[in-house]
Amino acid sequence: MELRKKTDLIWEIPKQGEMKVAATIYASSRLLESIKNDLTLQQAWNVACLPGIQRMSYVMPDGHQGYGFPIGGVAAFDMDEGIISPGGVGYDINCGVRLLRTDFAEQDIAARRKDLLAEIFKEVPAGVGKGGITRLSRNVLKDILTKGAEWAVENGYGTKDDLLMTEEYGRMKDADPAHISDRALERGIPQLGTLGAGNHFLEIQKVSHIYDQDLARVFGIAAVGQVMVMIHCGSRGLGHQVASDYIELMENKLGIKGLPDRELIHAPIRSPLGQQYYKSMCGAVNYAFANRQMIAHWVRDVFAKVMGSAKGMRQVYDVCHNVAKIEKHTIDGKTREVCIHRKGATRSFGPGRQEIPEAYRAKGQPVIIPGSMGTASYLLVGTAEAEELSFSSTAHGAGRIMSRHEALRRFRGEQIRDELQKKGIELQSTSWKGVAEEAPAAYKDVDEVVRVSHEVGIGRLVARVVPVGVMKG
Amino acid sequence: MIEKFRFLDHTADAKFQAYGRTLEEAFVNAALATVSLMWEPAKVETKLDHPVDVQGRDLEQLLVRFLGEIIYLIETRSFLVAVVDDLTIEKADAGFRLRAVFRGDDRPAKYAIFGEVKAITYNEMRIDQGCPVTVQVVVDI
Repeated sequence: MELRKKTDLIWEIPKQGEMKVAATIYASSRLLESIKNDLTLQQAWNVACLPGIQRMSYVMPDGHQGYGFPIGGVAAFDMDEGIISPGGVGYDINCGVRLLRTDFAEQDIAARRKDLLAEIFKEVPAGVGKGGITRLSRNVLKDILTKGAEWAVENGYGTKDDLLMTEEYGRMKDADPAHISDRALERGIPQLGTLGAGNHFLEIQKVSHIYDQDLARVFGIAAVGQVMVMIHCGSRGLGHQVASDYIELMENKLGIKGLPDRELIHAPIRSPLGQQYYKSMCGAVNYAFANRQMIAHWVRDVFAKVMGSAKGMRQVYDVCHNVAKIEKHTIDGKTREVCIHRKGATRSFGPGRQEIPEAYRAKGQPVIIPGSMGTASYLLVGTAEAEELSFSSTAHGAGRIMSRHEALRRFRGEQIRDELQKKGIELQSTSWKGVAEEAPAAYKDVDEVVRVSHEVGIGRLVARVVPVGVMKG
Repeated sequence: MIEKFRFLDHTADAKFQAYGRTLEEAFVNAALATVSLMWEPAKVETKLDHPVDVQGRDLEQLLVRFLGEIIYLIETRSFLVAVVDDLTIEKADAGFRLRAVFRGDDRPAKYAIFGEVKAITYNEMRIDQGCPVTVQVVVDI
């Protein structure tokens, strides 16, 4: 496969063969080496062959091999000729990140850090086979799928201000639970308000560096040492079931002939099946928004109990990183609606976009990029240039470089805990094996990922945060 | 006796090959491989039975649906699969039909659960009906 170097950080697979557009990869040479180690580039090529794709098939700096589309893949499709693909969204629909600020400084919580983490661990259900707080009825669940975080706020979890500071204001309005299977609903009922396992985590963090004082202030960060809370989780089994169901429905209806990869299965956006998937996916997105809304509420409760106050624990923002959306973008000089897939990628709208909450609109959208468990995470801001460069998208995290199997051979969970403790990071987990699998060394260097984002201009650095307490599912 | 299954390296998720003298045996071993990512099946009591009856348009889809039952049972019934018995695969109207019995326990608190399988995928899936029969699966974890 021909790969052309455009600049030190921009690589292109020129349009060739069946490709309808070229593919662009944003990566340093070091990141590109790991991208070349798996099927990422082939998958970016495959996406470039899909009907109705516009301008370019993109891979973000944290790209790695996914199912069908690569993780870190961004693609936009024409509304009339284009497609929607469950594999272009991913199994964990609206896996995403929420960031809360606090009025506390590092030294304020130093003595009670262990208690805070222990209490959060008690309040927020995590791990496998752990149910949520309530047994929901199917009707209530359908309400949640329709209303998202709005449902949570109406039921006492958090405030309306949280909704303002959430992508889509916490609710995708096109959701329709009527197209979501019983099996998906069954999986959703016991898991609402749970963190889950795998790479999902909840962290108490402190600001370690501020790159842009003015923007940091607008987003609620005043100084180095300020305590923050980050929640990383998604739509749990419900979202996975929606993805599996629609991959199967599309296969059965449209066949798999000619697909290089079965999870590239897709349906025309405006077809009945395409619309049913889209509306179901919106429901799963809403479930995940409600999930993070509830967890954030419990975290505030814990701060109120342990620290005496949760005042000032405002939400900086909440972003999705596995989603398909109808958005307006400028292509060949014309602004029109497209169906944009971001799979393991974060929206990064620049100043002025109407979708950004008013308080941030003049500056750009906050972009939250979590590191792996126990490493730094970043707050960035979307840029105007990202529109042209990546349909307003940037990276979503670190991206694995080592298999879980290999990580288990090399690390022990208790050893990781001890090493983190030496760095002043407390850890609580439901599984030591899970901790070993998520060892920081099993991931790409997130610092390098955000540096590329910043230098290419698809998302600019605002602040860096590091954990002081980690809860892993 | 042939090896039942083996895990291979996969950067983001878990990939395994399961083997059998027959397709049925390879499917049983694929179920055990999936289960072994979450708990040790040998340690789980066989207190309850859950019959499985799934169809697929081809063997790949049949395998995805069959293994998907394991996830469904732990998430919605808190049921941990220990043993797979009486597995049969037959041609059906539009593809294949699989029937089996999962034996296991619905008291998850009794056991160490150390992982979560979130979805069975088609990624790099292979079903090779040679000798031994080999099925390769990547699961999302």
